[in-house]
Amino acid sequence: MNALSIRNLRKTYNNGYEALKGIDLDVEEGDFFALLGPNGAGKSTAIGIISSLVNSSSGSVSIFGHDLKTQLSRAKSCLGMVPQEVNFNQFDTVRSIVMNQAGYYGMPRKLAIQRTEYCLKQMDLWDKRDTVSRRLSGGMKRRVMIARAMVHAPKLLILDEPTAGVDIEIRRSMWKMMQSLNESGTTIILTTHYLEEAESLCRNIAIIDQGKIVEHSDMASLLARINIEHFVLDLAEPLDKTPVIPGYQLERVTDKVLNVEVPKKLGLNQLFVQLSALNIKVLSLKNKSNRLEQLFMDLIDTSTAG
Amino acid sequence: MKYSIALRTIIVKEIFRFVRIWPQTLLPPAITTALYFLIFGKLIGDRIGTVNGATYMDYIVPGVILMSVISHSYANVVSSFYSTKFQRNIEELLVAPVPSWVILSGYVSGGIIRGLLVGLVVALISMLFDDIVINNLTITLSVAVLTATLFSLAGFINAILAESFDDISIIPNFVLTPLSYLGGVFYSVDMLPDIWQTLSKGNPILYMINAFRFGLIGVTDVNIELAYIITGGFIVLLASISLLLLHKGIGIKN
Repeated sequence: MNALSIRNLRKTYNNGYEALKGIDLDVEEGDFFALLGPNGAGKSTAIGIISSLVNSSSGSVSIFGHDLKTQLSRAKSCLGMVPQEVNFNQFDTVRSIVMNQAGYYGMPRKLAIQRTEYCLKQMDLWDKRDTVSRRLSGGMKRRVMIARAMVHAPKLLILDEPTAGVDIEIRRSMWKMMQSLNESGTTIILTTHYLEEAESLCRNIAIIDQGKIVEHSDMASLLARINIEHFVLDLAEPLDKTPVIPGYQLERVTDKVLNVEVPKKLGLNQLFVQLSALNIKVLSLKNKSNRLEQLFMDLIDTSTAG
Repeated sequence: MKYSIALRTIIVKEIFRFVRIWPQTLLPPAITTALYFLIFGKLIGDRIGTVNGATYMDYIVPGVILMSVISHSYANVVSSFYSTKFQRNIEELLVAPVPSWVILSGYVSGGIIRGLLVGLVVALISMLFDDIVINNLTITLSVAVLTATLFSLAGFINAILAESFDDISIIPNFVLTPLSYLGGVFYSVDMLPDIWQTLSKGNPILYMINAFRFGLIGVTDVNIELAYIITGGFIVLLASISLLLLHKGIGIKN
């Protein structure tokens, strides 16, 4: 069954701006799905409509088979939403924010207490349960929103840029938490501007640009389309001039750093053989940019040109 | 009932909100009305004599109590719901399976409870200055509850349509307060010239204050049945508008 099914979804705002131009999207149950796109592409509008915060102009959305127009209550019960910006009452305590949300979902008090404790412990926030939420750090506030979204055990969780602006330590702990939620059966839709995050976590992907889906496939086949990868080589000895190796494009950044474009059909082995032959010793190498980032930019450029 | 837990959650949250900030919500009416009773009721009232057979203090107590109920039930809902909108906490309710009528009932109940609680505080303060024997408890309570309901609904509509904090102070300052003062809190409409009497009869607050005054001390300038019809009619009208606005998502959804 599809966790989410969108058909010909359109949204035109009152000022005439057409944010969504008829998108179709399917997310399978159990998936870890990336919804990517540049700012203003229509991601937030799509998520707003799915979570009932924005009225659509036309089209349909169903969550686990429940249509948003005809079975709104059932559809909402399946969905948990972690918004981009903090949207809880900052004068409430952490516990009351999560408990109130459980109440809105009609959860009996005893169960709500148990679920609140479970979710706050999962988010490592149990020690902060009686803290007024405005006193929390940015990372903690994001975790409060995840705990709140999880309290009714939704089958589909939408995380709208959950790691934006948090430090790498918190980001990594949130990645682990998201993976663990997905492994426990929760379908996750993630929007993010950190493409390495999408690449490492998500199995399927859709890219939205100018209100249209410009790519919708699984991550592996999308990445397989990359023909050239860019690497940065750190050298042991300085070079006077840029070496020439047939088939590869090299560029000397500094006397001890080389940029190299590696065609997929040639690979890295041949490059290293040639470099060794030229007596160039490589200390380390890294991707110049994230692989998905390259594809993303290509797709967005194509969409804009079209 | 299917949505009773969600409704209770909203009501409890609303009660906690105004109790948590009691120096802003419950204390000021106690001080303000104590001054009304002291200055207008005692110091000036003793020189005025009687109005429609009641001492001036007796006469103004019901009006001052109901004026407090009106302003606080309105203020509670308008400030709470607008803050919820402004801080985007409304999204917590919109993403959850909570129907519009539950959201409306929850916030309006919060307004009614605060309005009645403030009314009780003012009534207790009035007992320091006056001894009132309640004429008809059913009318007194029912008018207070209906009035609090009506103005909680009005506050809700104001909050939904408001786009800034300025918008939530315009109605209380420029409509509610003048209508309350002109609604016969401190005087009988019989004391006004004919033209002002006629104009005053177009003020719905006049009917509520007089019905409440009748319940409390047995004195009224208006027909009690008509007061119930007007109040009930406005409640139905404002509740319908509120539900329509919520259903359409006006002011709360894009």
